[in-house]
Amino acid sequence: MTGAVDPFVLNLTVFVLAIFVGYHVVWNVTPALHTPLMAVTNAVSGIIIVGAMLASSPEKMDIGSVLGLIAVALAAINVFGGFLVTQRMLAMFKKKEK
Amino acid sequence: MSANSVYLAYLVAAVLFILTLKGLSSPISSRRGNMFGMVGMAIAVLTTLSLTHNVVYILLAIAVGGTIGAIIARRIEMTAMPELVAAMHSLVGLAAVLVAMAAFNNPVAYGIALPGEALHSSNRIELFIGTFVGAITFTGSIIAFGKLSGKLSGKPLRFAGQHWLNLLLGIVMLGFGIAFFMSPSWTPFLIMTAIALVLGVLLIMPIGGADMPVVVSMLNSYSGWAAAGIGFTLNNNMLIIAGSLVGSSGAILSYIMCKAMNRAFFNVILGGFGGEAAADATGDGVQKTYRSGSADDAAFLMSNADSVIIVPGYGLAVARAQHAINEMSNALTDKGVKVRYAIHPVAGRMPGHMNVLLAEAEVPYEQVVEMEEINNEFADTDVVLVIGANDVVNPAAKNDKSSPIYGMPILDVYKARTVLVVKRSMATGYAGLDNDLFYMDKTMMVFGDAKKVVEDIIKAID
Repeated sequence: MTGAVDPFVLNLTVFVLAIFVGYHVVWNVTPALHTPLMAVTNAVSGIIIVGAMLASSPEKMDIGSVLGLIAVALAAINVFGGFLVTQRMLAMFKKKEK
Repeated sequence: MSANSVYLAYLVAAVLFILTLKGLSSPISSRRGNMFGMVGMAIAVLTTLSLTHNVVYILLAIAVGGTIGAIIARRIEMTAMPELVAAMHSLVGLAAVLVAMAAFNNPVAYGIALPGEALHSSNRIELFIGTFVGAITFTGSIIAFGKLSGKLSGKPLRFAGQHWLNLLLGIVMLGFGIAFFMSPSWTPFLIMTAIALVLGVLLIMPIGGADMPVVVSMLNSYSGWAAAGIGFTLNNNMLIIAGSLVGSSGAILSYIMCKAMNRAFFNVILGGFGGEAAADATGDGVQKTYRSGSADDAAFLMSNADSVIIVPGYGLAVARAQHAINEMSNALTDKGVKVRYAIHPVAGRMPGHMNVLLAEAEVPYEQVVEMEEINNEFADTDVVLVIGANDVVNPAAKNDKSSPIYGMPILDVYKARTVLVVKRSMATGYAGLDNDLFYMDKTMMVFGDAKKVVEDIIKAID
């Protein structure tokens, strides 16, 4: 084996392993919490904010940075909205008070 | 920050995201899990911020988006969760498309091209995939949002040659993708993005209102894949990991919903079901007789029972009767009756929706039981109260091979000793089918608005 590994192969490795982890963890989620699961995954998919931040920040401002900044704002709606609405929902799940 | 410390910080965030999903295995651990998620996201954002040049603008954009998100999260009604989730999917899709455009605009800044050279060829494929998945998620989710919020008709929109048109568009899109791969320029990129946007609309329009739980789950999955696709383009592990977690979560939810509705995934995607009531509602045309009673009768039967199971459907939420039903079950519990709720997976309009609606009405979650756990107990139950549900308790799914819902898992309400059904009229449910449960000797129909009936029952119990 010679030469450096193509970044695509490293990406693919991470990708496949993450799918396996996701698959096993999500099957353990109780059906009662499937709606909070969707809300929180909405927040997690707001991780696109990381790509958007990088996009909005080349050395000098151009059209790409404007698109990136718009994407940052959109993703921030998801991040804040998603986590907060999940928190609100989860707070409702209570045991019976004795 | 060095590249190594950035990647280590991303690793920490990724582990926290996994713990977030793991926490959702029980209501108690879920709250801590959500905290983990917030911390993970904060780490990812702060780490990335240290890599950027125009920190002020970025913080401003986060403040604007974050404020909007926080306000929505505070104000949204729980019945409107499906719309909110659909709207949020569309935002992720659009953000993915915008990031892809920015990356293509200045690939050198991302280290995916050398100065003066074109985009690396493997990055071109990834850019293409990330963009079209994002674009389909964007417009598809807008249509889903429109249907769920009632701004668009829930009826499936179909026309001749629809599937062929979609196929043709898909092929043309792929063609421009290949053209983009051969010589990366804006023209093929923008054309293929435009086609993907149109495809998103065309793919979701023919899907009916009843199938929306599947569609929302599917778009949830797509939004994750779009983020992962962009992660491939930018060689960013954080995006790949978080995107894959979301993608597999949505895929599993779609599978669970399809199974609960007895529908093959591809039938749902190809669309056309679940809008109008099917013909042949009454079947043989023989006038069948049913028994009806008053709220007082229902109260009498339940007060004297040892055990009662309540089967709520979305009709309960439409009538805003969740709080009343909790009051009723408290009154029964005070009289020594064992009360539980049985939840069918598609009781609400998205996975787990009914559980949230009941939790909001302060129903303790240990009284709320999933279908598989409670189905064996109906036979030993004195009274079952079906309220706002129909198809999910139709015994035809078990014993009538000619029924369109044959094979769909149902709650075995017909096995209980006495069945009470609260309904507005004898009208059929989503599937447009008559329900034999309503004509059984042990069944008593209580006609009226769900909330009004439950309130009358409470008065009669006291």
